[in-house]
Amino acid sequence: MDQINNIRTYDEINQKIKAGNAVIVTAEEMVSIVRDKGVEKAAKHVDVVTTGTFAPMCSSGAFLNIGQMIPTIKTSKVWFNKVPAYGGLAAVDAYLGATEPSEDDPLNKVYPGEFKYGGGHVIEDLLRGKPILLEAKAYGTDCYAARKLKKEITLEDLPYALLCNPRNGYQNYNCAVNRTERTVYTYMGMLKAGLRNATYCSAGELSPLFNDPFYKTIGIGTRIFLGGAQGYVTWHGTQHRPNVQRSDRGVPLTPSGTLMVQGDLKEMSHDWVKGVSILGYGNSLAVGLGIPIPILSLEIAESTGIGDEELFTQVVDYGHDYTNGVSDPLAQVSYAELKSGSIEIEGKQIKTAPLSSVVKARQIAEILKKDIENGTFQLSEPVKLIPGPNQ
Amino acid sequence: MVIIAKTNNRKSVRDNVYTRIYFLKFPKDTSDKPVIFSLIKEHDIEVNILRADILPQREGIMILEIKGSKSNVKKGLAYLEEIGVNIERLAARVRRDDDKCFQCGACTGVCPVDALYIRREDMAVLFDPDKCTGCSQCLLICPVRAMEMSLGKEWMSIDAASSK
Ligand code: SF4
Ligand code: SF4
Repeated sequence: MDQINNIRTYDEINQKIKAGNAVIVTAEEMVSIVRDKGVEKAAKHVDVVTTGTFAPMCSSGAFLNIGQMIPTIKTSKVWFNKVPAYGGLAAVDAYLGATEPSEDDPLNKVYPGEFKYGGGHVIEDLLRGKPILLEAKAYGTDCYAARKLKKEITLEDLPYALLCNPRNGYQNYNCAVNRTERTVYTYMGMLKAGLRNATYCSAGELSPLFNDPFYKTIGIGTRIFLGGAQGYVTWHGTQHRPNVQRSDRGVPLTPSGTLMVQGDLKEMSHDWVKGVSILGYGNSLAVGLGIPIPILSLEIAESTGIGDEELFTQVVDYGHDYTNGVSDPLAQVSYAELKSGSIEIEGKQIKTAPLSSVVKARQIAEILKKDIENGTFQLSEPVKLIPGPNQ
Repeated sequence: MVIIAKTNNRKSVRDNVYTRIYFLKFPKDTSDKPVIFSLIKEHDIEVNILRADILPQREGIMILEIKGSKSNVKKGLAYLEEIGVNIERLAARVRRDDDKCFQCGACTGVCPVDALYIRREDMAVLFDPDKCTGCSQCLLICPVRAMEMSLGKEWMSIDAASSK
């Protein structure tokens, strides 16, 4: 554990990147390299492994400063395209959450609700350069006299826009099924009654935290691909749980580590930041995230070489168990099985469907690889690693 | 987003069971009749309500997917006409907006005929319009509304369709 930097350092990697001779491979490529050449050769040969994930991630949002006006205003209630944002910050600061539905949304009154427009869509529309109706109310003070505001703005008009996701990059996630008698609509999608379909939400071997299971390289200040731009890991995410059960290869078997990530919204692209509507559940945001894993040690090379056959998750009943806090997984399945299109539960073959895009995850890993190869993306050494498991 | 498409009256006949979509207009006084109940119970037809906008004592509309044997469907439709419901067959066709689709795969879990499916080698999510029966189940499941349907000549996403 102490010999963490026993193969190469961040400095050495960045020098190789500058010199144009660093060896960068994607996490998928690394799995075959380790399989073919063995981990020692792979560790010697490869400097950086790139990862990626692109899936709906609820704990997302943006800090938006809307700029002052005359007379000045201290906005206490703020709406973007009728989607309420939190105004209890400073005078013209607001936090727009991705899951906030539009104020006039019928929600689940007509079940299952469609959730056509929410905070995530506002963020995407900002990135598309579309005009957004900004409305605000204030109670008025001697220093901030105005009591209301209504105008159209675009992303360009905002003095400051920061994408800030308090929880992203979930290290592993449940596979969802429904063994009750009625169809349920969940954040894991529509689940048919009587175990007739299963959904899962991880890119498996491409997923960032699967490639650094003990958080030996990821921490505060890690530079990442975020929404098409360069962003940073700024803390561990909400619900970060490093102390869960792990496989004999050290990889969590249940949802575990998470990351808080931030980046300048103005540099991002709507290709990698998409508002989503999840039937019967609500609004969210799909965000493209990619993290380069420096191969500092043999141990890290080993982890990046773990493929879908050795990455496992739990099959959880979302018809009853999840809602009622019952922790009684129906089965443990590998990502190789999940990606094959069907899993076997209680002697029954069940069709699986992903919610996380492997195609886009792979694209992110490829973009990151190219950006590092051509020197536009340098690796950063974290100031402090995110908390790992107690030992 | 209105794009002109060719009209297509392709039938979808599988296992001698008809799956068809109808646009129904209910006159004021039918809104309190148990129409759907009768269709299911008395005519042995499977129905799937794709869209409904019905209020008591007002004219209502409903988009209904009807499944059943040819003769049952025929009888069921005759019953609807008898009570004054205006019926229009929808040659619903569905297509994917590939710019919107982010290849998540959620739709592959609901498509009953694997018209939306995953190529396992690279996990690409593909759409085969020839297999699609126009059942429209994927429309609301797609989180970015990339699946669009045409009810006649216009292409639209389900959001646009329901706010019309
Ligand atoms: S409408 Fe959608 S779910 Fe229905 S058959 Fe066509 S592709 Fe499949
Ligand atoms: S659910 Fe929508 S975005 Fe996802 S693969 Fe299907 S069509 Fe594409």
